[in-house]
Amino acid sequence: MSILINILGLALTAFIVWWFWIYKSGAAAHAEGDAVSIVVDSGVYEPSVIHAPAGEPLTLRFIRKDSSPCAEKVIFNDLDISADLPVGEPYDLSFTPEKPGEYEFTCQMAMYRGKLIVEPE
Amino acid sequence: MAKATESTKPKSQKTQRLHVSDMSCAGCVETVEKTLKSVSGVNDARVNFAERTATVTGDVSPDTLVDAVGNAGYTASVMDGDIAESEKENMELGHYKALLKKTVVSGVIGLIIFLVSMLNLLPPLEALSGQVSWGVVSILTLFVLTYGGGRFFTGAWKSFKNHNANMDTLIAIGTGVAWVYSTFIVIFPYSVSEIARHMYFETAAIIIAFINLGSALEMRARGKTSQAIKRLIGLQPKTARVVRGGSEVDIPIEEVEFGDIVRVRPGEKIPVDGELTEGSSHVDESMLTGEPMPVEKKTGDEVAGGTINKSGSFLFRATRIGKDTALAQIIDMVRKAQNTKPAIGRLADRVSGIFVPTVLITAVVTMLIWFNFGPAPRITYMLVTTMAVLIIACPCALGLATPISVMVGVGKAAEYGVLIRRGDALQQAGQLTTIVLDKTGTITEGKPELTALDAEGITEEELLGISAGVEANSEHPLAEAVVEAARKRGIELKTVESFGAVSGHGVRAVYGGSEVLMGNRKFMLDNKIDIETAVSKSEELSESGQTVIFVALGGSLAGVLGISDPVKADSREAIKRLQADGIRVIMLTGDNRVTAGAVAKQVGVDDFIAEVLPEDKAQEVSKLQRKGEKVGMVGDGINDAPALAGADVGFAIGTGTDVAIESADITLMRGSLHGVADAVGISKATLRNIKENLIGAFGYNTLAIPVAAGILFPFIGILLNPVIAGAAMALSSVTVVTNANRLRWFKP
Ligand SMILES: [Cu+2]
Repeated sequence: MSILINILGLALTAFIVWWFWIYKSGAAAHAEGDAVSIVVDSGVYEPSVIHAPAGEPLTLRFIRKDSSPCAEKVIFNDLDISADLPVGEPYDLSFTPEKPGEYEFTCQMAMYRGKLIVEPE
Repeated sequence: MAKATESTKPKSQKTQRLHVSDMSCAGCVETVEKTLKSVSGVNDARVNFAERTATVTGDVSPDTLVDAVGNAGYTASVMDGDIAESEKENMELGHYKALLKKTVVSGVIGLIIFLVSMLNLLPPLEALSGQVSWGVVSILTLFVLTYGGGRFFTGAWKSFKNHNANMDTLIAIGTGVAWVYSTFIVIFPYSVSEIARHMYFETAAIIIAFINLGSALEMRARGKTSQAIKRLIGLQPKTARVVRGGSEVDIPIEEVEFGDIVRVRPGEKIPVDGELTEGSSHVDESMLTGEPMPVEKKTGDEVAGGTINKSGSFLFRATRIGKDTALAQIIDMVRKAQNTKPAIGRLADRVSGIFVPTVLITAVVTMLIWFNFGPAPRITYMLVTTMAVLIIACPCALGLATPISVMVGVGKAAEYGVLIRRGDALQQAGQLTTIVLDKTGTITEGKPELTALDAEGITEEELLGISAGVEANSEHPLAEAVVEAARKRGIELKTVESFGAVSGHGVRAVYGGSEVLMGNRKFMLDNKIDIETAVSKSEELSESGQTVIFVALGGSLAGVLGISDPVKADSREAIKRLQADGIRVIMLTGDNRVTAGAVAKQVGVDDFIAEVLPEDKAQEVSKLQRKGEKVGMVGDGINDAPALAGADVGFAIGTGTDVAIESADITLMRGSLHGVADAVGISKATLRNIKENLIGAFGYNTLAIPVAAGILFPFIGILLNPVIAGAAMALSSVTVVTNANRLRWFKP
């Protein structure tokens, strides 16, 4: 019994490490042409990984459903872009990512997390 | 975003947004778009189906547009910024009230359960009646979890699916474990030994109450942090008195058009930006520039929307309206800057990214340790510590630490007329070791005057006439002083030919067949002009801080001009303030060493670099940087752009209405150098505040988590009650926000 619980605990730890750190999400959206819609709700951006080509105009349409103040801003720190998101009304954020690379976007407190992957043309 | 399409159109093209509520298909979009485009005066109309909005550019009143859409069978309403802001406030108030309600309901139920179990009011679990009544308590608690804490569970699940974990995850697991374990005991009371047969319903309910209370308090405190922006928005007047068809009518501010003549009476706010056409007055611009003294305004002067007319009544022509006004741009800029993060905040971001999974692992390890090594009843200890670990850790405080201080700091700076563009600039301004001041327009007024005139071989009148004739072709600020002096004395400007400028040295032209050279000593020597006779005079002028211009006519010296640019009244004091902050202040100027030295001595800078060509300013900055200095550069924008961009922090001195200086990190709305000292002071205070917040948040978690895990138990037998953990977690973010709010009282 007690061995079982210990094994279970270690398995749980391994699972946490794998699930939150090692596993790479495959649920990514690719931006082509039209705006990519991102739903902002309950602590997550859905989808949270966006692929976009470098040097092309990109429109991210944020649809904020969460009315808590945590969700009110979206910030692309390394791109110097930020916006206040209205609740219930889609907000189009348009810009052209010039340099390929990975850019995190977060809420003000970095609880909502997403990643914009800009790929070389 | 709509700006790109407007660049070629005249400014009277205002952009308006309508909300069209009942479009249900793509066909509707076409109808509405066509309808709007057919309205006379409309240049372009675009409908966004997803937003149910229409963006219209053109010279037309919003009512006409609403009517036109109405005639086509749809309902339109005008959207404006102020409404959006108050809507946001209403929404926040609603959210706040909902949180309080959840606090009260969860708290009351939690308290009742607590009293009931404390006073043993229910039959014991060993009897069936006990199981039934505790079953009811379990259901009550489940209600609290779903009503008061439902969002934590949905949030936790959603993040989990996204391989993400946040505060919701911790709360959901903590309270969820408490409920599941307790309910399990109710159903199978004999599964654990009697002494461990303890239930945690009240713990779960009260934790939910505390966390809702914490969020509510945090929201309240947060509202105060954005006061600077609210104040700026509040400056925008609602109506304007416009001269239309010979009479003056009050119209809503949105209907003011480019070129309108607007009447402002004493005590009134100036509605939009413009140029005074009739009358004169004193205007209080302190809300924009931080400059307390009212500024005199005469015909031709610029006035800015949002500032207050103190004395006279006047008319002005609207030159910038809507989103183009200085105030609107300032609001936009402050808002953007409030959202950026200085480098110091990125560390916290990295930590909070791995924070929650780390806490989860800590919780599992805590559980295993108590299970294997803990005293009896092991299950109880194990549960209490695991729950406490989960509940007490709050990534919120860590995540809030930086942004909330930046928000207050940037807002505070705006109050003093200091516009900070990036969070990084806010951090760096506090770490500068050297500040380079461009002399002209920064230390001095930038409006030079002719203060000496010494002719040789020709009359003074002739000298000034020829000089002014030459300089009338130049755009150099010194040239303006010469022309102005000739005008003042009523001397006719002589006509010259083939004007040419030699950057940083002087100008040449032809007058009456002979060559005129005007410029500095080096320029004369380069052109082999004998200046021997004027050497002592020019040295005398230089030593008194005047810039000397030699004038040569037909190959020989015709005289010297002395021009001085008065030092701003408060430059010396502001420089002292910077030095008191431990910053070396260096003056940069194109003047010769002697003139520069005189001014440097007058204002008390630590050092000066003279005879610098405009294009070499950036080089001087990088020279200092190579020596390891953190350099701030202060200039008036236009010709200093490369130096401003190259410095660690570029400060542009604006003129109150001219806020769009792109190359600068920080724009000073007021001409005074005190703005630089204010910026440094506010930056230091903000940085200190951020550090306090970060140390507080890091410290809180590094101390609280081990205590929650029971590290004190083997020594002094203390365990943390999960309810206390819940209260502590709720308070941690409130503390951070409250500390940031202290910045509001800071005075640089
Ligand atoms: Cu949060």
